[in-house]
Amino acid sequence: MRLVFERRAAPSRLMAWLSPVIAVGVTLVLMLALFALAGRDPLASLQAFMLTPLESTWGIGEWLLKSAPLILIAVGLAVGFRAGVWNIGAEGQLIVGIIFGGALALKFSASGSPLLLPAIILAGAAGGAFWAAIPALLRTRFNANEILVSLMLNYVAQLWLTYLVFGPWRDPAGFNAPQSEPLGQAALFPVVLEGSRLNASVFLALAALVLGWVFLNRSYAGFQLRVIGLAEGAARYAGFSVNRAVWISLLASGAAAGLAGVGEMSGPIGQIFPTMSPGYGFAAIIVAFLGRLSAVGIAFAGLLMGLLFLSGDAAQLEFGWPASITALFQGLMLFLVVAADVFITYRIRLLPRLPRSAP
Amino acid sequence: MTRDGDEGPSANRLELAGICKAYPGTIANDRVDLKVRPGEIHAVLGENGAGKSTLMKIIYGLVRPDAGEVAWNGTPVRIRSPRDAQALGIGMVMQHFSLFETLTAAQNISLALAGRPDIDSLSAQVAEVSARYGLPVNPTRLVHTMSVGERQRVEIVRCLLQSPRLIIMDEPTSVLSPPAVEQLFGTLRQLAAEGCSILYISHKLEEIRALCDTATVLRNGRVSGVCTPRDETPASLARLMIGAELPSFSRRVPAASARPLLSLEAISTRSDDPFGVSLADIDLTVHAGEIVGIAGVSGNGQKELMEVVSGERRLAARQAVRIDGVAAAHLGPRERRAMGLCFVPEERLGRGAVPSLPLSENALLTAGSGLVRHGLVQLGKVEAFARRCIADYKVKCGGTGAPASSLSGGNLQKFIVGRELLQKPKVFVVAQPTWGVDVGSAVFIRQAMLDLAESGAAVLVVSEELSELFEIADRIAVIAGGRLSPPRPTGETDATEIGLAMTGRPTATETAVHAMEMRLATRV
Repeated sequence: MRLVFERRAAPSRLMAWLSPVIAVGVTLVLMLALFALAGRDPLASLQAFMLTPLESTWGIGEWLLKSAPLILIAVGLAVGFRAGVWNIGAEGQLIVGIIFGGALALKFSASGSPLLLPAIILAGAAGGAFWAAIPALLRTRFNANEILVSLMLNYVAQLWLTYLVFGPWRDPAGFNAPQSEPLGQAALFPVVLEGSRLNASVFLALAALVLGWVFLNRSYAGFQLRVIGLAEGAARYAGFSVNRAVWISLLASGAAAGLAGVGEMSGPIGQIFPTMSPGYGFAAIIVAFLGRLSAVGIAFAGLLMGLLFLSGDAAQLEFGWPASITALFQGLMLFLVVAADVFITYRIRLLPRLPRSAP
Repeated sequence: MTRDGDEGPSANRLELAGICKAYPGTIANDRVDLKVRPGEIHAVLGENGAGKSTLMKIIYGLVRPDAGEVAWNGTPVRIRSPRDAQALGIGMVMQHFSLFETLTAAQNISLALAGRPDIDSLSAQVAEVSARYGLPVNPTRLVHTMSVGERQRVEIVRCLLQSPRLIIMDEPTSVLSPPAVEQLFGTLRQLAAEGCSILYISHKLEEIRALCDTATVLRNGRVSGVCTPRDETPASLARLMIGAELPSFSRRVPAASARPLLSLEAISTRSDDPFGVSLADIDLTVHAGEIVGIAGVSGNGQKELMEVVSGERRLAARQAVRIDGVAAAHLGPRERRAMGLCFVPEERLGRGAVPSLPLSENALLTAGSGLVRHGLVQLGKVEAFARRCIADYKVKCGGTGAPASSLSGGNLQKFIVGRELLQKPKVFVVAQPTWGVDVGSAVFIRQAMLDLAESGAAVLVVSEELSELFEIADRIAVIAGGRLSPPRPTGETDATEIGLAMTGRPTATETAVHAMEMRLATRV
């Protein structure tokens, strides 16, 4: 017998939905194997990882707190990914969102004004959009690849924040530690779930989901982006502007990432450190693909990825495993999603061995 | 695999028996038999999708059959790759040329030969073969500077240098002007007289009657008949090919009107693509109720002209394109569509339609203006529009949810034409309306264009099929080398005159070759 990889007559709709499920399933199996290799009871470990964190209100709050920024950023990224505009710079846009929002927060924290938080939210979105506008401008003016530009700007943004926190924004009362003053109450999101850190920034993610669903599934502009991503020739023929799509995609995803940034700053952290994000901007890329670039899929994928972040924390605390275990789980899952996606357009067939050919 | 020396006069050069090949969703070849005698010009005739190309790929070793036998000079063989086929003595001239544009003719030919031939001695061989068969090729010329006809000659010479005993020609005349076609036929007859067999793939009935000794007709993957084309009429061949009478359509009386709906004025462009064509001083007016045809060999500026007309390429001089008297050269496709200009491009998948999207969303592609409110897509209206398009234009498909890529060429073209016509265009521009479209759909589409002109719209058709233009156009212009000849009323011109204009290239490098072409053509 021989295995043959064969192109399907039409992409399988069933596999399109099944592929993330298969990927998640295989990830779980490999996690079990990893636990067993480390000499632990696999099932008990999995339970400690995936279920125990959710048994308390605190745990649920942490879960949603980690899922919300992932969902928020992923919805923004999905807009561009559908159009074939690859923004890999959400992490940097998140940081610049924090820089813009943080500047307001530090300056006006003492005022106690009820307008401060809305102003920080707007500034955060503007900061993220501004940082994403750089690759958009370079792409539309000079045809510079937005993948490279947005990726490299991540490092610029990180260095900018590091400079601020080590320099002008350092807390005078902070014993020289690289951190800002704690933000005032007026600059913080109110907590919405008693007994947890879950705060009102979670509604930003919910709003993004609803807006994203309408934009991607019902709007003419969303349709145009989709056509551009699928067949640029058809888009040019129909008169849909590629440059406009680049701008919409990058501004939307940049603003979403900036919002996620202020959600962290004015949420659970409440202060500005040199490191503000555990890699949400990169993990959101996985969430967007795992969720099939659809709003509903992203909601589930974001919750799952949030859980992976939690279990990574648990692995560090309980087993003393290094922090990179989270990245390992995420990478495993992204790899498996991409691998499973092959079966949407291909299938495997078992064929009898070819007869020996005549001379 | 070695060349079989035994060429008994009784043996067929090539014999196929019971060839079957299925792809997911379609059966390309179903128990196909084919016999080619030595020195015979054998036509394989069939509509697009009848299975001709698959069969040729099987003979040339590009595709393996699911079942069936292949015999070469009476000996059963298995052809696993083009290398096997060439070793037997089978050569193929593809429909789409496989030449490197940045290399010379001799360099291109050397790539196809075994070992590392010396370019100088190869050039001498090329010169010898091209003189012997009347195929003017300059070995040192770069391919991208060549006309399509010359590129085809390079392919043929490359094939001949391998001393083939069977040559497969896949739709060779689709890119040639009428004099070049005559010249090609002369070469093919000479080859046949020397004992080389030729498999000639085409759907052009007149050519096959003029050239071929025998014809095997394919329909839906099966052999529907074997005949001697000279003894048949085009109508009887068409019956074998499509399995029904050729549908006819009503020719309208040309409506005289002086209202110009589409005017092009002094359009000159420079091509960004080094292998593209620059347009020079193009003037054209299409009036209400009129069909104007643009003839020409492909690659002479049709693509560039269509981009200017559709708005995919905008011009700074606003008056260069006027739609119903309004300057539009600076506007994009959507603005022009809003002014009443609808356009059907020559590539259906990837341009006229998004392959992976369902027909309903493909309707939204250009018909957006009436189907969108407050920026939101009206799903019900989109669905209704697509259903109407499918019903009115007799599109065979799996419903509005079927992806565009699942439709046959003819049905997708009917859908695209229908989508544009349902928007009631004032000006309708269409490129290659019936390319790769089955005969029945082609007649339907031509009729739709005639009806549209009768209702008072201006229609501009770009086509490589001269017969099509003579059937429907009121006036015909010719594009060659980026220049457009003044349109002539169809009744006052004929295929010979148009054919000559198609080769009339004013560029200096082309002139010498064409002089040679013309001399050869008259000798044949």
